[in-house]
Amino acid sequence: MKEATAKRIADDLLRPLLNTSWRFFLLVAILGAIVLTGASAWMYQVWNGFGESGKRWPVFWGFYITNFVFWIGISHAGTLISAILRLVNAGWRRPVTRCAEVITAFALMIGAMFPIIHLGRPWLFFWLMPYPNQRRIWPNFRSPLVWDFFAISTYLTGSVLFLVLPMIPDFALVRDKTTGVRRKFYGTLALGWQGTTKQWHRLESAMQIMAIAIIPVAVSVHTIVSFDFSMAPVPGWHSTIFGPYFVAGAIFSGIAALIIAMAGLRKFLHLEDYLHPVHFANLGKLLLMMSLLWTYFVFAERLTTWYGNGTSEMNVFWVTQTGSYSPLYWTMVICNFVIPFPILSLRRTRTVTGCVIASCSVVVGMWLERFLIVVPTLGHKYLPYSWGPYQPSKVEIMIMISTFAAMGLLYTLFAKFVPIISIWELKVGEHPFPIEAAAQVKEHAILRTNP
Amino acid sequence: MSVLYALYSEPDDVQKAVDNLRKAGVPEREIVVISSEPIEEYEFSHRDKATWLYWIAGGGGALGLTFGTWLTRMTELAWPLPTGGMPIVAWWPNLIVMFELTMLGGILATVITLFITAKIPTRENTLYDRAVSDGKILVGVESPAEGARNAIEKALGAGFVGGR
Repeated sequence: MKEATAKRIADDLLRPLLNTSWRFFLLVAILGAIVLTGASAWMYQVWNGFGESGKRWPVFWGFYITNFVFWIGISHAGTLISAILRLVNAGWRRPVTRCAEVITAFALMIGAMFPIIHLGRPWLFFWLMPYPNQRRIWPNFRSPLVWDFFAISTYLTGSVLFLVLPMIPDFALVRDKTTGVRRKFYGTLALGWQGTTKQWHRLESAMQIMAIAIIPVAVSVHTIVSFDFSMAPVPGWHSTIFGPYFVAGAIFSGIAALIIAMAGLRKFLHLEDYLHPVHFANLGKLLLMMSLLWTYFVFAERLTTWYGNGTSEMNVFWVTQTGSYSPLYWTMVICNFVIPFPILSLRRTRTVTGCVIASCSVVVGMWLERFLIVVPTLGHKYLPYSWGPYQPSKVEIMIMISTFAAMGLLYTLFAKFVPIISIWELKVGEHPFPIEAAAQVKEHAILRTNP
Repeated sequence: MSVLYALYSEPDDVQKAVDNLRKAGVPEREIVVISSEPIEEYEFSHRDKATWLYWIAGGGGALGLTFGTWLTRMTELAWPLPTGGMPIVAWWPNLIVMFELTMLGGILATVITLFITAKIPTRENTLYDRAVSDGKILVGVESPAEGARNAIEKALGAGFVGGR
């Protein structure tokens, strides 16, 4: 690759790290204030007791579990998509992968906080962890909540490593391009990376193995989240389709979140030369496919319930179709299918703006879907005496809003300190494959004996 | 450790330099090529490709599976909790924990092996030049043999920078 091209790529992608405008500080201040307000609301709930949340008998899972499922779903954007695109060696993935992987890491952290918030006594969350203790109690491995712990821990560990490993060469680049404190800081993060052929081979092999390993883990995580519901013999939950239905929904909302994040980066960091309309169009096609798949799952699930005509199942069914939750249900259908389908089907509207509009719609729709899975069922269990409504409290709403701000804040800070597009991977994408070089590789003695 | 190195802009020149070093009798293990991105199109970048990483990852997975099997079974036998008519050692749900620990074992083994074989983290890089980050490709020789300096300088040609 020409040195001029390498320099242009490095300069463009390091600009956000080296230059800071007042807009960055303003954004961090606004998002930070919202996060602090959410944290205060949580502390208020801890101090005054769980009664400050809107949870009342019979609905003991409300906004917190809805948000847990929602954020774990959003986390499917990154690592899974990145791993699949890496394995199929899709060239257009290069500017997209890191933007996506970051979403996974942060969304998982935020999602994993909700069961802790939901505990009421969050300081006892370590009771979930399997270790010998003075209580002489070990977790019950037959509980889906313990499965959650293992699945989310594994996925978080794998996703963070999958994100961090390809960042090491970029840290080395920043180390070489900066001076003073920055040079020391990035030098530490670069771990002494040189860029020898051996290091590149090992890194690429490791990334390939990680990509292979992370795909089944990602699928397992949301399947296990679905088991939190489907393992219970409760109408509306006890369904064999829940595993794949949740995974499809998670990928669906994850792609939508990725498109929104990429559009934000493109606009505010001026990355128009790297995040092209074709990236949005390709992700838009994936989003369209997931919209159709989600619609198929919803139809299959609802048809089976309706056809079976079980009394308790039908109570939950009708309350979402025509009852008190029907406005939310039909908004969900509009957001997840009616709006994105035409926008993403037509090439003329599958633009950056079109994809962002469809994605915003999908994020709203998928949050509603999570809510409609959790709440109506709990409010309409077998016998009418155990039926009841759910009204979220201000504390719950504030905590929910603050998690969206937390995602924005973490993403903004990440983009400030780390190249949000993998520079070395982008450079590889610029390589021509000279015919003479190809012939040279073919003819060389070492390669003939050790291909 | 003494080093001699050259910087090149074009991979074709790097390939020539590496070939010249071989002709000059420099052992393969002493020749180092450093770049700011992997360059798969040339022979010089295919050195050191053979790796046990895949097998080690598999071994890590096997270790994770063994640990997961032991953890679930041992726990259930040590503190028997009758749950929902399931047997005390309930393999179906245990499989979930065993699967996650298998994958975790594979992932951790991969990363640890990467760090060991790529020799990171390290604080001692005698052979490096910041120009690599500007797109230059470094070809160097670590610990050259006594009296080989002139031959190496000649093999490295116009890109020769110097050494330490």
